[in-house]
Amino acid sequence: MTPRDPLLVVDGLRVTFDTPRGPVPAVRDVSFVLGREKLGIVGESGSGKSQTGRALLGLLARNGRMAARRLAFDGVDLLRAGEAERRALRGGRIAMILQDPKYSLNPVMTVGEQIVEAFRVHADVSGREARRRALAMLEAVRIREPGHVFDAWPHELSGGMGQRVMIAMMMVPEPDLLIADEPTSALDVTVRLQILALLDDLLARRGAALILISHDLGLVGAFCDRVLVMYAGRVVETLRADELRSARHPYTRGLLACQPRVDGDGSDLPTLDRDPAWLR
Amino acid sequence: MSRAAAIEVAGLDVAFGRGGRAFRAVRAASFAVAAGSSFGIVGESGSGKTTVLRALAGLLPPAARVRGEMRLHGDPLRPARSRALRRRLQMVFQDPYGSLHPRHTVDRILGEPARVHGLDAPDRRIVAALADVGLDASFRFRFPHQLSGGQRQRVAIARALIIAPAIVLLDEPTSALDVSVQAEILNLLQRLRREHALTFVLVSHDLAVVSHMCEALAVMRAGEIVETAGVDALRADALRHRYSRALLRAAQGYRATAAGTAAER
Repeated sequence: MTPRDPLLVVDGLRVTFDTPRGPVPAVRDVSFVLGREKLGIVGESGSGKSQTGRALLGLLARNGRMAARRLAFDGVDLLRAGEAERRALRGGRIAMILQDPKYSLNPVMTVGEQIVEAFRVHADVSGREARRRALAMLEAVRIREPGHVFDAWPHELSGGMGQRVMIAMMMVPEPDLLIADEPTSALDVTVRLQILALLDDLLARRGAALILISHDLGLVGAFCDRVLVMYAGRVVETLRADELRSARHPYTRGLLACQPRVDGDGSDLPTLDRDPAWLR
Repeated sequence: MSRAAAIEVAGLDVAFGRGGRAFRAVRAASFAVAAGSSFGIVGESGSGKTTVLRALAGLLPPAARVRGEMRLHGDPLRPARSRALRRRLQMVFQDPYGSLHPRHTVDRILGEPARVHGLDAPDRRIVAALADVGLDASFRFRFPHQLSGGQRQRVAIARALIIAPAIVLLDEPTSALDVSVQAEILNLLQRLRREHALTFVLVSHDLAVVSHMCEALAVMRAGEIVETAGVDALRADALRHRYSRALLRAAQGYRATAAGTAAER
């Protein structure tokens, strides 16, 4: 799929962390163009996939530095944008969902208060109107008793319910781009599917783009339109999701082969031999 | 059953709390594990699968009320156990980051169980246990933070095996690891099972891991075993209980969902 109007242009992105033992590169020269599509970024821990996502929002840890030839969101140069402009984009037109709702929700505010706050930050609405819209948003993420959940505290929610609330909150400002970092990894498999279906539906309805960051090739292959495979801070392969099974790069092929299968025969799994040449 | 049962569990009930607020985490669970085989327990969070494993390991909190019978090669497994009985049964935990003492060297981590059980020649055993899990002797004087996740899980496995148990209880042993590392650890576990004639009880939320590792499995939901089956039934998509089938659908579901969505477009 060729994106007609690039929503996001990432050219030569680098992220480096300063450590007592010297600079450690986490993302090395990553480039991609994103249209109104669902893009998956897969890789193992340390591949740089999460830092790529965080860099787009300027959410690196304090010892992290980023540089790029170009980083543009809908024409706005993210490298030159001032803090106010970036903040308006972040949480407004670009939203992020993290793995575990337990750590993303404020534990000392009720669910309703948090969503209402999100509305009032991004739209000039009255408290009553914000409450009405928050309840509608909880309904949109298919929570059966929105009134009940509105008054609940985060610790009273199950993992799946918590992630629905997070999605509701992130969809409040009607973002054009949603960055989801392992949004379903902390959830049970049966709940995972419901959350993915919900995301898919919301994205389609609002025409928003998605960057789905995950270690799960199967998930990304089935859910996304296009997949970037990252290894040691680099994109080693870019594919259409439906072509994942015919991946060329030995790393991608190795990742696919080393997963156990329900209908496998139990014989030893192929392991992955990392070739130093992949780093070149 | 052709082989003698290494583990028998009959009518196991585990409850936490008392009176009207009691929570029955496991209800009337029964199963048997043949010696030398690997038995999987699958279920979602809150299904009671880990509680069953902890009951077998004798690691439930003292306030838990346990009823029913558990036997290891015919010997009753009660909360209070002799050292000899404890030596026959070891556990490997999910989180290799949390299960190793951060300020102890690998040498001390492996030496401790050998010392507790009064085994001779601890040095020789430590080196042999490391070699068994594919780590050379240079790992002996490292600390956990100097190891990768996969290396830590290897150390945790070595710690379980150093006292030569008959049974190893595995609680999600690879779910915190990358898939490529998971493959190495699963291969390692299968090799060790063959070489040491071990019996495994493996708790996992991942049906593919259970299918790969086990000869038989139990599916748990809300504290109850809804189905026990041979692995052939799982591999051939012939599980009978509605919930087992739903779990399998969900595990493989992304494909189906994506195909469905694509068709609608």
